[in-house]
Amino acid sequence: MNISEIPYWLLQIMLIPALSPFFIGVTCRIKAIMQNRRGAPVLQPYRDLRKLFQKDEVISEDASWLFRAAPYLIFAVTLVIGASIPLVTTALPNSYTGDFLVVVYLVALGTFFLALAGIDSGSAFGGFGSSREMMVAALTEGGLVLSLLTLALISKTTNLAAISENIGSLPLTSFTPIILAFISFSIALLAETCRYPFDNPATHLELTMIHEAMILEYSGKRLALMEWASANKYLIFIALGANLFFPRGIAGSLEFVPVMLALALFAGKVLLFCLAIAIIESSIAKLRIFRLPDLLFTSFVISVIAIGLVN
Amino acid sequence: MLAMFAAGAFGALLLQQNDRAANLWGNCLAIAGSGTGLIFSGAALLRGTIPVFVIDSSFPLLSLSLRFDQLSAFFMMIISLVALLCSVYALGSVRHYYGKYSIGVLGFFYNVFIVSMMLVVTAHNALFFLIVWEVMSLASYFLVIYERRETASIRAGSLYFIMMHAGTAFIIFAFLLMYRLTGSVEFEAIRGGIGAASPLMKNAIFISALIGFGVKAGIIPLHVWLPSAHPAAPSHISALMSGVMIKTGIYMMIRIYFDILSGAYLWWGLALLVIGAMSSLLGVLYALSEHDLKRLLAYHSIENIGIILLGLGSALVFSSFGLNTLAALGLAAALFHTMNHATFKALLFLGAGAVIAGTHTRNIEKYGGLIRLMPQTAFFFLVGSMAISALPPLNGFFSEWLTFQALFQGVLAFDVVTKIIFILSIGSLAFTGGLAAACFVKAFGITFLARPRSEQAAQASETAMLPRLAMAGLALLIVGLGVFSGMVLRTLATVAGSMANLQGAETADVAQFKSVSIQNGFAVTSMPAIFIGVIAAAVAVTVAVSLLTRKRKTATGPTWNCGSDLTPRMEITATGFSRSLITIARGVLRPSSETEIEYHDASSYFPRVGTVTTSLHDIYQTFIYKPLRDLTTIIAGQFTKVQSGNINAYILYIFLTLIGLLFFLDLQS
Repeated sequence: MNISEIPYWLLQIMLIPALSPFFIGVTCRIKAIMQNRRGAPVLQPYRDLRKLFQKDEVISEDASWLFRAAPYLIFAVTLVIGASIPLVTTALPNSYTGDFLVVVYLVALGTFFLALAGIDSGSAFGGFGSSREMMVAALTEGGLVLSLLTLALISKTTNLAAISENIGSLPLTSFTPIILAFISFSIALLAETCRYPFDNPATHLELTMIHEAMILEYSGKRLALMEWASANKYLIFIALGANLFFPRGIAGSLEFVPVMLALALFAGKVLLFCLAIAIIESSIAKLRIFRLPDLLFTSFVISVIAIGLVN
Repeated sequence: MLAMFAAGAFGALLLQQNDRAANLWGNCLAIAGSGTGLIFSGAALLRGTIPVFVIDSSFPLLSLSLRFDQLSAFFMMIISLVALLCSVYALGSVRHYYGKYSIGVLGFFYNVFIVSMMLVVTAHNALFFLIVWEVMSLASYFLVIYERRETASIRAGSLYFIMMHAGTAFIIFAFLLMYRLTGSVEFEAIRGGIGAASPLMKNAIFISALIGFGVKAGIIPLHVWLPSAHPAAPSHISALMSGVMIKTGIYMMIRIYFDILSGAYLWWGLALLVIGAMSSLLGVLYALSEHDLKRLLAYHSIENIGIILLGLGSALVFSSFGLNTLAALGLAAALFHTMNHATFKALLFLGAGAVIAGTHTRNIEKYGGLIRLMPQTAFFFLVGSMAISALPPLNGFFSEWLTFQALFQGVLAFDVVTKIIFILSIGSLAFTGGLAAACFVKAFGITFLARPRSEQAAQASETAMLPRLAMAGLALLIVGLGVFSGMVLRTLATVAGSMANLQGAETADVAQFKSVSIQNGFAVTSMPAIFIGVIAAAVAVTVAVSLLTRKRKTATGPTWNCGSDLTPRMEITATGFSRSLITIARGVLRPSSETEIEYHDASSYFPRVGTVTTSLHDIYQTFIYKPLRDLTTIIAGQFTKVQSGNINAYILYIFLTLIGLLFFLDLQS
């Protein structure tokens, strides 16, 4: 690594945590507008985080060190993932943690500790949230791995940056498996980021919540970290969707102008994803929990077909 | 080394009057013996020499023939390593049996068990192999029924005994076929002579070896003995059985399919892939439904054997196409997972043993809150849980990653049917990883987190020093094997490349400490970078947040529970945790649920006690083993007609046989 790469590495590492609250705010705002509400300003999530960091916190007397350590670890894991995936340029040679399986299993690492923290407080909500979260996460794994594998097989590498570069240079004729894999990935995206029809990010109703149930006992700075980490995860999955399946426009070099252009384009693509997710969330109902496996197996089967079409 | 184990075994037997002395003597010599084995095998692995010992005896065919090649050295190292730490653990934990059961007998069978496993992986003569194989099965049988006053142990032992001998019958059949084809029982001579065998013979050897060694390895549907036998033994024995002994089945599969039997057919590898996928998925689903901590871990052994078979199967498919480079990759993945599973499964069983010793129950629903009472055990169990769930940066992740890569290469290399089987194997491996994580969130969360669910759990205390030391050693190994996976892989690649059928495997993989690159850069990853990255990020976040919020206070208070009283019954149970996944998999698992309600009076309006019993139908018992047993009974029933018990009848049989033989001889000449 030479000196000139350092600013771009900083951009790469800081981009996800810096922008993730914004896109959460955008998604909420679009949803509000679609529901004929004014909605909170798009910068509201930043204010919430600042407010939470300034508050004292209460920790359950039943909770152990694991409950206290989990938010830091989960947030740190999202930082590592954010630094490992292609964001605005494919020219940062991350051959250390940029393998797609590494990213998928790092996500699982975060989920593992999130679920343990949910159980640790000993409340009925946390335990059920963990149970549901692990169920959804376990069943998502197949579709997620195979949809990304489709791209890896097309581009003959499992490195995410290299996949992004290769897919971008493909002719339009080879798009059938990519589109199928994208459908499969989108289902996994909604499941992993706790969106409709899997989970309702806006509710605290005990019968429906998954993610919120696990972080129910958190307050103050640890709640801020948990919320922020979940925003990071949201942006990470959108970035994967945008840059792996539709990589056109991502910078192939480390020069200032292309990178800034790519950044603008990246923001535009993410906004489109947010719009799509907001439309989905406003137009369909949450599925019954035992219907979720059908959807997740659909995701798995679609990517099996996609891989079958790769030659 | 043999002498040390012998001294350990018989010394312990002699000292059985004194529990303490027997424990010290038996386990210290086991430590010394496995320490020697570790040094010896480590040296052989690194230097690459092949010592051979042959002691001929006066019996024909039978000679004490040991050969210590790379593969043997590798398995020897795993056995020594796990045996070493289990012996350290046993020194501290066997105290629970003082005065209840004979420690001398335990020490005797323990030493015999370890040494027979070591001989199994070094034997180089089929007859000698069968003898030590039998000794291993018998020694472990006596260890399973060690707690002989428990009926469950005796039942588990009997099932184990029968299954092992049914398996051994198939193994003997396989060796007899080889003897018939080559006229020798020496592995070296068999390898030389078997190349020209007919496809029928080769297939017959493949199938009988698969069944025979599959019983030992615990592949589904031959696994029925495993979930009951492993938990019945004392915990350090369970750790050895689950971590190491079932691997001897894997060892012999590798030995026969990759070293002795040349010219593999495509369907062999595909069969292994299908069995591996099935075993891993079903194993983890059964584990999810278990509430007995040790049975849960035993089912995870089936799952991990499945993962090892996925690596092995891919290697066999590649080798049937002559793609030796890829086959070496698959085999290295299988070997890596074999070693990793030995470390984390041993750690988990030892941790479970500590928990059971502290709480005196194996029922997971009775635990809870142990992280405060047994903090170190909890930490080590957490490390083991993370490793078995394949979470980076620990060793379990790396070997699953490697297995994934071997399977990816299969998808790239083949068409149609083979490709589909590889894709489905990848899918099953991915689902298995997710389900294993779910299962260990349950196992760790219900056992160690939240509030104690019973009196026993509330009064548990941390286990003794030596058991904790053994667990710490295994936890360090798990982290070390993860971080230094590049270097370990380099050694394993040489082991895999040393197989007779994989000669000429080029190294398209670059394994360094810094990073590992598969197939000329198809996939690159760096375990140290992941390790350092996660740790550094976590430290940075912690420091930044605590600087930012240093004026904020942290108070503790009761968990919010909608205003009602907080009791342990509010917590989620293990049954509740896994019920949703079991309901989803009801097609395969066939769960059953019975509801019983007792009423206050005849009106059936006011229930007094309600009980719900949930369990799984044992489909293997119903559809495979029961019909098999019935068939055996019917055949045996037919034989009773001949066995009249009348001595005159028997004399008639002898006479008829004699006449028959005379006629036969007459026809011959």
